[in-house]
Amino acid sequence: MKGKENKNLRIRVKMESKEFGDLLDEKSQNSDFHQDHHHKETFITKWIFSQDHKMIAKQYLLTGVLFMGFIGIAMSLLFRLQLAWPEESFAVYDIFLGRWAPEGVMDPNIYLALVTIHGTIMVFFVLTAGLSGTFSNLLIPLQIGARDMASGFLNMLSFWLFFLSSVIMLASLFVEAGPAAAGWTVYPPLSALPQAQPGSGLGMTLWLISMAVFVASSLLGSLNYIVTVINLRTKGMSLFRLPLTIWAFLVTAIIGVISFPVLLSAALLLIMDRSFGTSFFLSDIFVQGEVLHYQGGSPVLFEHLFWFLGHPEVYIVILPALGITSEIIATNSRKPIFGYRAMIASILAIAFLSTIVWAHHMFISGMNPFLGSVFTFTTLLIAIPSAVKAFNYIATLWKGNLQFNPGMLFSIGLVSTFITGGLTGIILGDSTLDINVHDTYFVVAHFHLVMGISALYGLFAGVYHWFPKLFRRMMNKNLGYIHFWITAISAYGVFFPMHFIGMAGLPRRYYTNTAFPYFDDLADINVIITVFALLAGFAQLIFLYNFIYSMFYGEKTVQNPWKSNTLEWTAPIKHMHGNWEGEIPHVHRWAYDYSKPGHKEDFVPQNVPIGENEEITEH
Amino acid sequence: MIGLLTGAVLFLMGIAIWQISKIHQLIQNNMGIKKDNSQVATQEDNDLQGKLMFAFLVFIYVVTIYCFWNYTKVLLPESASEHGVTYDRLMWISFAIILFAQTITQAVLHYFAYKYRGVKNRKAFFLTHDNKLELIWTIIPAIVFFILIIYGMITWSSIMNFDDQDEEALIIELYAQQWNWKARYAGQDNVLGDANVRFLNDFDGRNSVGIDSSDPNGWDDIVVTQEFHIPVNRKIIFKMRSQDVLHSAYMPHFRAQMNCVPGMITEFSFTPTKTTAEMRMNSDIAAKVERINKIRYNNSQKLLAKGEEGLDPYQFDYLLLCAKICGTSHYNMQMKIVVDTEKDYNKWISSQPAFSSIMQ
Repeated sequence: MKGKENKNLRIRVKMESKEFGDLLDEKSQNSDFHQDHHHKETFITKWIFSQDHKMIAKQYLLTGVLFMGFIGIAMSLLFRLQLAWPEESFAVYDIFLGRWAPEGVMDPNIYLALVTIHGTIMVFFVLTAGLSGTFSNLLIPLQIGARDMASGFLNMLSFWLFFLSSVIMLASLFVEAGPAAAGWTVYPPLSALPQAQPGSGLGMTLWLISMAVFVASSLLGSLNYIVTVINLRTKGMSLFRLPLTIWAFLVTAIIGVISFPVLLSAALLLIMDRSFGTSFFLSDIFVQGEVLHYQGGSPVLFEHLFWFLGHPEVYIVILPALGITSEIIATNSRKPIFGYRAMIASILAIAFLSTIVWAHHMFISGMNPFLGSVFTFTTLLIAIPSAVKAFNYIATLWKGNLQFNPGMLFSIGLVSTFITGGLTGIILGDSTLDINVHDTYFVVAHFHLVMGISALYGLFAGVYHWFPKLFRRMMNKNLGYIHFWITAISAYGVFFPMHFIGMAGLPRRYYTNTAFPYFDDLADINVIITVFALLAGFAQLIFLYNFIYSMFYGEKTVQNPWKSNTLEWTAPIKHMHGNWEGEIPHVHRWAYDYSKPGHKEDFVPQNVPIGENEEITEH
Repeated sequence: MIGLLTGAVLFLMGIAIWQISKIHQLIQNNMGIKKDNSQVATQEDNDLQGKLMFAFLVFIYVVTIYCFWNYTKVLLPESASEHGVTYDRLMWISFAIILFAQTITQAVLHYFAYKYRGVKNRKAFFLTHDNKLELIWTIIPAIVFFILIIYGMITWSSIMNFDDQDEEALIIELYAQQWNWKARYAGQDNVLGDANVRFLNDFDGRNSVGIDSSDPNGWDDIVVTQEFHIPVNRKIIFKMRSQDVLHSAYMPHFRAQMNCVPGMITEFSFTPTKTTAEMRMNSDIAAKVERINKIRYNNSQKLLAKGEEGLDPYQFDYLLLCAKICGTSHYNMQMKIVVDTEKDYNKWISSQPAFSSIMQ
């Protein structure tokens, strides 16, 4: 039995490297001897330096999503208070900001720092590491039918590097002069010169170190995901039978490997400029009465390097969320995802185009206007596959039998915000129209809806849907419903009006708008936005409570609570090394045989062989 | 004090958590009555949530209509520059397309969510794909986007590819530093003198934009602060510089923005079409100013009641703002723009001292 399985696996895997084969042998043996294995496991190897993908997924979820997410959202509430009631004294400022809020009034520098760290944490720590880290780790091995990641050790290393980078980032909050405050894009010279801004001292150094470590973590993780998906699929799991989650995670990892190194190089060059006197990004600077020695560098170069990562990064954030949504919408509609191959083609098209649209963030940076035309063209092209995805989701709902589990609500919510936010991209992606809304609140509203809120919805959907797989218990659905509806209402309440203050000409990252009487009539709108933001923040406490409560006291799950087709639900509820007792299930069909005619149940798991007269419907 | 507040906050948070857990318990009890303890959606759940999905569609529409109804008035008034008219037209065409697509897709999405809410023992319609349908909804957006791309590109190149050797145009340098703007006029010869940050400390620091005094072109240059004037209906070519960090010269009423990059000279050009006086007469602006003054009056009363200074009434002026994060006072980096008639402009500019007066 064991021998046969090894042989099968090895045939499937087409191992080129002997090492990998050995690794795999060891993995499949682990599963059969998992009882033995448990003896060797200590507290440290099981809970801390675990190499098990399920444990690592939980570690990412707790640190990346719950902990960092809590901090990131709390920061946004702090600066939203300042925006609604500028320069008023708040007790919370006294508590959390201390000397940065003299007499309880927020200091302008710490305002910028909060905006910066909020962006950094949400984009990188929560929505990149938290989202991919949790679900790629949990689902890749389980959904492709593998014992674990290709390299458990690198996977563990990836998490702990992420942890280290989180610690460094949080440590920067306690630096004397304050954390980085040049915006999450850290454009030099502002980020390069401590004379230009207090946050550009030690705080910025720590930011850069943290990001360098983060990139290393991300690369290790991504390489592992790619290798695992390509090599460790179980028998029968051809690429066109992969669930869309896996497609999304695979392509996300590939974009990450292509673009993150460029961020690393930008960060390194910035470190050189800051600490070793080079002039990559700096030229002709006069600050605090002194001409600096820098000559010949260009900040525009940094913008190119940053956005070469920065734009694919948006898709690194949103693609996994879309993958998760595809899976959850199909399962809960009890229908195949509509246009499976078109969905894959869209993911690939988005991924390809995402690497050649970066300069649409730089239309008015001073680069050659001809480039603006080129990037307008590629940018609006990317709207086509995005539109196809949205239409396909809607078509999946059509004539379905929708099961409104909390995960489903968040998935539909994602489609809604993805459309609303995506449509305004038509304006920002058009170089002409960008001129007057660039760096205004219009941009803030656009990207929060299309990547922030949408990706968060994907994340929540995933947590509700796979919570039973992670913690063997169910989350409370009613609290889930309350969480969704408050969040959905407040998300539109925050970001819909925000488009208008952007089109009124209000630039972003202003500590207060009172310096311009022209903006006085926007004050009311800012209060409304803040009230909705506070409401949204409150809703996340419900989620937090539900999460922690259910982790310990939630209803115990059955093996396949959502009646889903994918392989993770064929694995036993109890976690074990190697995921399946005995043989790994073989795959005989695609993941979307829901409500297939000729079957009694409305789902047919992937490991069920094709019946004698059954039509093969995979598309 | 801090200890007390921390205590209070923790106490309140405790109450909040206690309340949530109470709600939770109540819900649990209710579930008990229904004899259903499952955390998987039941038919009742599907029914309620499906209906809520439809209600949410109504909510989205209400929010949209409310925002357009109430907030259209805060938007920028009609453009005060020549290219801005084309800009605005493209903007409203795009908006029409967006609103159309938004209304339809949200309706279909939420209506389907409502219509096909789960019913026990019903089987969904098995449908994997439909090539014809998919082709249609790939091609239609593609066509729409291509039209927008072409329109956008033509407009973009007509705005950005201006003739910067145009003799008729007025050349003005916008000079950015933390945290103020200066404007430099090219003077009689309409040629800006060379400049560099190295010259900033010349003449005891009075060479405020770093003009190279060895370049005769610069001797007649005029540097102004606080406000700068431009003549109506004449093409202006702006040359942007920054001495320290990135800034962005944003003139929203003219639909104009360009980053100011240290070590580089960036350019933007527009032709103003409405003088400040004309714009103040604009009905949108007049209404806006009235609203703002009402707000300011109320705020003033509150301040006066507290024994503080009141606020001055507001009068409309064109603005130059900084739109690129640039440090502590990013939020207050402004300069007033005055669009004059040709005559008034000439009068104003002739009263400004040239660089040569500083050199002496």
